[in-house]
Amino acid sequence: MIAQLTKSERQTALVILILMAIVGLAMATAGSHDPFGTHGGMVLLASIIGIFYVISGFYAPEPSDERLDSYYDEPSKFGIVMAMIWAVIGMFVGDWVAWLLAYPDWTFDAAWASFGRLRPVHTSGVIFGFGGNALIATSFYVMQRTSRARLPDQLSPWFVLLGYNLFCIIAASGYLMGVTQSKEYAEPEWYADLWLVVVWVTYFVLYLRTLARRKEPHIYVANWYYMAFILVVAMLHIVNNLAVPVSWGSAKSYSLFAGVQDAMTEWWYGHNAVAFFLTSGFLGMLYYYMPKRAGRPIYSYRMSIISFWGITFFYMWAGSHHLHYTALPQWVQSLGMTFSVMLLVPSWVSAGNALMTLNGAWHKVRDDAVLRFMMVAAVFYGLSTFEGSFMAIRSVNSLSHYTDWTVGHVHAGALGWVAMITFGAIYASVPWLWKREAMYSAKLVEAHFWLAVGGTVIYVFAMWNSGIIQGLMWRTYNESGTLAYTFTDSLVAMHPYYIARAIGGLLFLIGAVIGCYNMWMTIRTAPQAAPEAAADQPVLGGVVLQPGE
Amino acid sequence: MFGFHYRLERKAIGLVLSIIGVASIGGLVEIAPLFTIHQTVEDAPDMRVYTPLELAGRNIYIREGCYACHSQMIRTLRDEVERYGPYSLAVESKYDHPMLWGSKRTGPDLARLGEKYSDEWHVTHLNNPRDVVPESVMPSYAFLSRTELRTDDLSNHLKAQRAVGVPYTDDMIANAAADAYGQAAPDSSRAEGVTKRYGEATHVRAFDGHPNDLTEMDALVAYLQVLGRLTDAAHKPVASAENGS
Repeated sequence: MIAQLTKSERQTALVILILMAIVGLAMATAGSHDPFGTHGGMVLLASIIGIFYVISGFYAPEPSDERLDSYYDEPSKFGIVMAMIWAVIGMFVGDWVAWLLAYPDWTFDAAWASFGRLRPVHTSGVIFGFGGNALIATSFYVMQRTSRARLPDQLSPWFVLLGYNLFCIIAASGYLMGVTQSKEYAEPEWYADLWLVVVWVTYFVLYLRTLARRKEPHIYVANWYYMAFILVVAMLHIVNNLAVPVSWGSAKSYSLFAGVQDAMTEWWYGHNAVAFFLTSGFLGMLYYYMPKRAGRPIYSYRMSIISFWGITFFYMWAGSHHLHYTALPQWVQSLGMTFSVMLLVPSWVSAGNALMTLNGAWHKVRDDAVLRFMMVAAVFYGLSTFEGSFMAIRSVNSLSHYTDWTVGHVHAGALGWVAMITFGAIYASVPWLWKREAMYSAKLVEAHFWLAVGGTVIYVFAMWNSGIIQGLMWRTYNESGTLAYTFTDSLVAMHPYYIARAIGGLLFLIGAVIGCYNMWMTIRTAPQAAPEAAADQPVLGGVVLQPGE
Repeated sequence: MFGFHYRLERKAIGLVLSIIGVASIGGLVEIAPLFTIHQTVEDAPDMRVYTPLELAGRNIYIREGCYACHSQMIRTLRDEVERYGPYSLAVESKYDHPMLWGSKRTGPDLARLGEKYSDEWHVTHLNNPRDVVPESVMPSYAFLSRTELRTDDLSNHLKAQRAVGVPYTDDMIANAAADAYGQAAPDSSRAEGVTKRYGEATHVRAFDGHPNDLTEMDALVAYLQVLGRLTDAAHKPVASAENGS
């Protein structure tokens, strides 16, 4: 990897790593009696390993100028491998905590092994580790090809990917030590948040620099979505994480906001993390990989425009539907509900546009499990956005809120949509990136597909059942006009569903492990003499898919 | 419209600015007024701040991720008010940086938990929930009793709280560690300062049953016992609601 960097890039890398080592040392010293110090030690260690790595290749010959004739795909390969590693970690922890809810004594009296500390390892592991790495890796791949431009330099993509994974590791290890802000999906503490801002700004600048070099006059629709993902996540992240640290040697901070304002800010963030991390970014993925794999252009350019701006505008209003009937003023709740219902229009336009793109290629959907992953993703996207709008209606929400129904809804989106489109995109990318004819085993892709679909369906049905039963039991009255069930009664009723859910999750996890094996074997096999991989477009010449053309 | 877009999508900066503009409107309209409209948060002159021990307990509650399974927000629904108590008011969490309203009830709501059970019940329950609730799926938190509470940085905690708007006085900040000890050691000389600074109604008890050592169990139980008790504002509107409906 160092051999791919120019001399000046190697020097810059060294300077960055030395600066990081100094920061790590300062953190370790200032926080010697605090998890902050442990994280400082980890930063220091990571920087030192990096320094040795850069030095080891420092005097290697410079890469030749021939590299500029092809796309720079090494970072995408790394990102995809990291995405799969995080997928297995995140899903494993997820299934572990699912079993904890059925068998709570499996914590062996250790603080780090309790549900409360492991749950954010699961959520951050799958959302930021798996999803984030997949988004960054595919965005590098897609923006180069749709712009017909190579990444502007060799260093900044590595800074983005390695820096981002350092953030993920700091976050996950912090939860195990009890370092958390408690804001859902924004748990990492102030110093990790600051580091992510640095990484993210570099990512954004890298994106703009690549677009500035593009040889295509139009910016392809996938890039609109990736850009919205990068920009809006930055806005959300910075505002929601404003906080005052206890001291410069403490991991702990206090949020700038309190009470009702904090609740609204948090769910403005939380819901739009769903919108711009888990929807917008992955729609970018869908808009490139699905037409590519199907060999069909996007069905409608106009539908792309309507759904893009609809999603960008409407989603930002919807967060308050997480706070129905709470101490949040009712006018904000009503606005949130209204926009959530309207959101169904651009969401279904997106899903419809994706499915119509498959017209003329349905025989491929039947034969090719990779394309089927993407098709099922679009279907689940449509289903879970309908469910989301439905659950945002106040009277529906009065039943569903606080119950497992919400958990089921989230997983219909996360497993059915986000993970499916990601697996589809990764299975499509791996042979393209590593210059192989195809995946090592099409049968294993098929097996993964059915495990993923089966696991998702079991999971979602279990949570629908448990959630609705829970919600009904809490509000059931007996003939004398008092509540019919204690809270414990409802808890006991959940037990079989919690086991079913854990089994569904296990199937999904097994599918991901099979996927890892299949990718490993694909990468290990010798490169085929596949001339121009049919899917790839050279930097010079060739035609890139344009919307509606 | 599509012609305009056809031109817009040729300009990266134009797209960037449009995305920022379009995406900012919702948040500005929904969040900014919450800071300026006075009725958003009710007035509660009797509202007190958390003592250093309760704040430390709250931080343990956050550290262990209790909010993942317990909400602290009773909604304005009949069954919730009958099950848990008067619905939650915005003012009750006005010193909560961050709020812990929660989003999931794997366990019951805790907004009105304070003084519902004895300290002893809480200690037994946290040590092994299934000793008092056989069906419970809550993890055991026995290590809290074994872990000494860290108090050396409590003054810094209060200072940071004041920086974000919680009205801690200089006196409270200077005595934070002593007050934490005093609140869990009722017979010690440091107990008196706690009620002097935080009010006569403050619980000064050996929460974990051992007045001589200050553990994380003391802090967490002190916090749980003050949930819903920082002000009685929520108990006023309920009386009229019962008459009205």
